[in-house]
Amino acid sequence: MQKQAKFGVGIGVIVAAMGFLAWLGYGESKTYYHTIAELPTLTGAAKSQRMRVGGTVAPGSIHRLSGRIDFVLEGEGKTLPVSYIGNDPLPDTFVDKSQALVEGHPSPDGRFVAEVVQAKCASKYEAAPGGSGGAAASSTQRSSM
Amino acid sequence: MDVFGSFALVLAFVCAVYAFGGGIAAIFTRHPLLIKSTRQAGMATCGLIFLATFSLEYLFFSDNFSNAYVVAHSNRDLSTFYKIAALWSGQEGSLLFWSFLLAVYVLSVLITYRNKNGELMPYVGVVMAGVQIFFLTLNNFVASPFKALASPGADGVMNYVARADGSGLNPLLQYPEMVIHPPNLYSGYTGFTIPFAFALGALLARYPGEKWIHLTRKWTMIAWMFQSMGILLGAHWAYAVLGWGGYWGWDPVENASFLPWLTGTAFLHSVMMQEKRGMMKVWNVWLVFCTFLLCILGTFLTRSGIVSSVHAFAQSSIGSWFVGFLVLIIAVCFGAYLKNRDYLKSENQLDSIVSRESSFLFNNLILLVSCVAILSGTLFPVFSEWITGDRISVGAPFFNKVNIPTGLLLLFLTGVGPLLAWRKTSKESLKRNFGWPLGIGLAAGVVALIFGFREIYSWVCLILCVFVASTVGLEFYRGAKVIRARSGASYLASAVDLTMRNTRRYGGYIVHMGMVFVFIGLAGTAFNRDLQKDMRPGQTMQIGTYTLLLQGFDTKAEKNYTAQRMLVEVLRDNKPVMMLYPEKRHFSTNEQNGTMVAIYSTLKEDLYVVYAGDSPETQLPVLHAYLNPLVKWIWLGGAVVVLGTLVAMLPNRRAVLVLAGAQQPAAQPLTHGLTPSVTLREGHD
Repeated sequence: MQKQAKFGVGIGVIVAAMGFLAWLGYGESKTYYHTIAELPTLTGAAKSQRMRVGGTVAPGSIHRLSGRIDFVLEGEGKTLPVSYIGNDPLPDTFVDKSQALVEGHPSPDGRFVAEVVQAKCASKYEAAPGGSGGAAASSTQRSSM
Repeated sequence: MDVFGSFALVLAFVCAVYAFGGGIAAIFTRHPLLIKSTRQAGMATCGLIFLATFSLEYLFFSDNFSNAYVVAHSNRDLSTFYKIAALWSGQEGSLLFWSFLLAVYVLSVLITYRNKNGELMPYVGVVMAGVQIFFLTLNNFVASPFKALASPGADGVMNYVARADGSGLNPLLQYPEMVIHPPNLYSGYTGFTIPFAFALGALLARYPGEKWIHLTRKWTMIAWMFQSMGILLGAHWAYAVLGWGGYWGWDPVENASFLPWLTGTAFLHSVMMQEKRGMMKVWNVWLVFCTFLLCILGTFLTRSGIVSSVHAFAQSSIGSWFVGFLVLIIAVCFGAYLKNRDYLKSENQLDSIVSRESSFLFNNLILLVSCVAILSGTLFPVFSEWITGDRISVGAPFFNKVNIPTGLLLLFLTGVGPLLAWRKTSKESLKRNFGWPLGIGLAAGVVALIFGFREIYSWVCLILCVFVASTVGLEFYRGAKVIRARSGASYLASAVDLTMRNTRRYGGYIVHMGMVFVFIGLAGTAFNRDLQKDMRPGQTMQIGTYTLLLQGFDTKAEKNYTAQRMLVEVLRDNKPVMMLYPEKRHFSTNEQNGTMVAIYSTLKEDLYVVYAGDSPETQLPVLHAYLNPLVKWIWLGGAVVVLGTLVAMLPNRRAVLVLAGAQQPAAQPLTHGLTPSVTLREGHD
């Protein structure tokens, strides 16, 4: 019985410690997904959370300025002006009409301040019959296959 | 060829259904001819899948732009090398490729055991055919790669259409690693089907427990080795291609490939408890089940884009098929377990906390904790949406917080576990085995502190790496010394001899050594540096001990793309070291861009240089340089892991011992040489 108790304590300590660390990491990195249409409806604390928003880059809206890159995301008939302030160069797939996922915070003036931008390949040509090519579009910038 | 390929797929489906249904009938009737015919149907399924795969590859090579899949993933100027890889660059092709690799395994199993294990094989055949049916259903009816382009003519009749050229392969995939990474990873994913089929088959057949474990050990190791290579090659691809200076970002697709590796590793260790002590039977069966489930889940996550996609669920209907299949497997596994669980009774109990058993137990616990954490983190957006309505994701800090400590604990056990005795370890043996390694490890820690090492995790990692490497080194040294005393050969030859005598034990040590190298590389991450600068030709930039001098630019036109290159000279202490050519590539076929990183890699550090576009204010090109210490050790460690796994799969060499015995004077009994040396501690692997 005593042996079993020892194992129980050992297992318990490991699981509890990892659970605690997981909880810390969760608090540090949790990010909400919102759609462009949802953004104006957010109130209170929800407005200042770290969040991800997806949309399509409006053609001709990419402006490279010093220290930031401005562009407009479109989705569900709404638009969202975004300022990207991160250091990393934007992915090669980030071009007009590409699907993009921005991560950051909304600022009080209505612009979205993004620290991370991921882009998917712009849909190449017209979709082939039978819907092939969907797989190529489904890979995000960093997923491998 | 379109018709040929799709016809082969339909026939393969029919054969697989026969192998499945006929196999079940064969289990009940035990009719020898039925058993034989279902086995042959299984083989025919595999042959037909090969034919279908080759015919799709033929369409790529013959530039057949009437096939929708070829149009979407290839073009005339694509090099031969990438036309092979184009097969698995999209949804339909990679699912066919899954079937193809699975067929390779299934055929090997059916041929290897065609006259053996007659009790068990019909069950195994049925399980394998079941899995094949699922993938063939997708290949035939959900995501066929053999769809032809067609459009309605003036009379409303559909006519075949051929394009002049295809849309080309995604530039991100036009790198050598992309040709070898997916086959490796998929060979891992599919390979775990075999241990799964044996485990489920043995449970259903109530086949004696240790036997299926002996049978599947090699298959599990092959799958595990491919999975390891696949993960590392994927990491290397991310490192060399995506240009962000890192190799692992806890991306859902990366995580998906890591999960079955964790449970597979746990399985490879815990089976030893069952072999030696008859324990953990239930646990082992479930570990195999879970590994296979995670392989299917991994394929599902990769293919459906459920987590990483911007528009979740919108991509294709394929997700629901996978969910259905997962539910079905879980139901079958549970059913088989509930029906036959009495046959999985443990024969022994844990004796002591300082024993080999308990080190395996904790090894499994840690691997599982890590697996659960990664799985829940990866699926968090899906579950949080179900429960709270908000889609919440967690990022790298979540994964790192859990997995760095678990990784270090695991590294510690890597050093400790193999040297603990079964049942209970004495104090003297602890002192003898761990005294020196622990001392050397701590000494290394002190030296590192003096030299200003202040990253706590990296510091602990360093101590543990030195500790584990010393335990492994000491084991080889001790064993080799015994052999050397007898044979008089050199230490190196004795160590090789030692390894060949007990490949499983010493191959395992080599794998552990490889993992130490990987951990050394991971620990380097804490010291990564990077710097970004707008550069005029002739200007320099300083990073670490390197000076980067921009000499100029050029443009290089290749068949499939045009590259703009920066010509960067690398100097160290004002002496030229080498030239680096970071590139930006423009693919004219599909108007896409690609980045080509230039890396100068040494064991100490990687100098990693990216052409990061042109600066908006100054219009000057931007050079982004990273200095990543010790990264090369990760790839080196991967190679050592593969080597160790291959060694562990070799049969033990006993003949040498017999010969040595025969050379003894005639007065000595011949059997003397046949008894393995006690000092090698045969029973400990």
